Amino acid sequence: MKITILYFAALRERVGMAREECLLPPDIETVAALRQWLASRGAPWSEALAEMPRVRAAVDQAMARAETPLREGAEVAFFPPVTGG
Amino acid sequence: MVRVQQEDFDVNSEIARLRAANPRIGAIACFIGVVRDLNDGDAVASMTLEHYPGMTEKALEGIVARARERWDLYDALIVPRVGAMSPTDPIVLVAVTSAHRGDAFAACEFVMDYLKTEAPFWKKETTPSGERWVDARTTDDVARDRWDNEPAGR
Repeated sequence: MKITILYFAALRERVGMAREECLLPPDIETVAALRQWLASRGAPWSEALAEMPRVRAAVDQAMARAETPLREGAEVAFFPPVTGG
Repeated sequence: MVRVQQEDFDVNSEIARLRAANPRIGAIACFIGVVRDLNDGDAVASMTLEHYPGMTEKALEGIVARARERWDLYDALIVPRVGAMSPTDPIVLVAVTSAHRGDAFAACEFVMDYLKTEAPFWKKETTPSGERWVDARTTDDVARDRWDNEPAGR
């Protein structure tokens, strides 16, 4: 499955990129599995995703949870808790 | 309507447009967020607001839709600013129109409480000790969650 991953704010700075295209192994089917897989690639993802206390995720521009499923071509975003307004 | 922009907004012309659009409007409640020069005890010289284009608009439209389920509203306008801002600059405008003030006041506050906790914006401040990302506040979650315990409408 091929997906696009976006990073925002402090998380974007920690991983040193705003966006990447990823070809996922077949067993990566949820947000939680994706997060674990990204971290398993080592630094900077392991540190950024593990050390930031409360990483949030969105799938196709809607807030997601750990168990939210992924789909082919999905846009998945990781970011810290929001602080607008 | 949701309009994300870098430039300042003109409150008078935004309100005038809302008013002119519907002669049944009896109340307009308006909130303007402003950049402060102090946060968590430190002087703030400037700030930058980052957002998630696309999701920002969807999240805010969703918040307006939920407000419409609870109160009788004619229209809602949200103008969030992104990019670089300085203390005393306006940062966000929310304006809600209704027949009566009760619905307008409540919906305006509801929209702001959800904007602060669910719309994808992130603030980075410049203080005397350098740049830092602003931490999310628990009090903002509390402000949002209290709407769950209120009866719909007033």
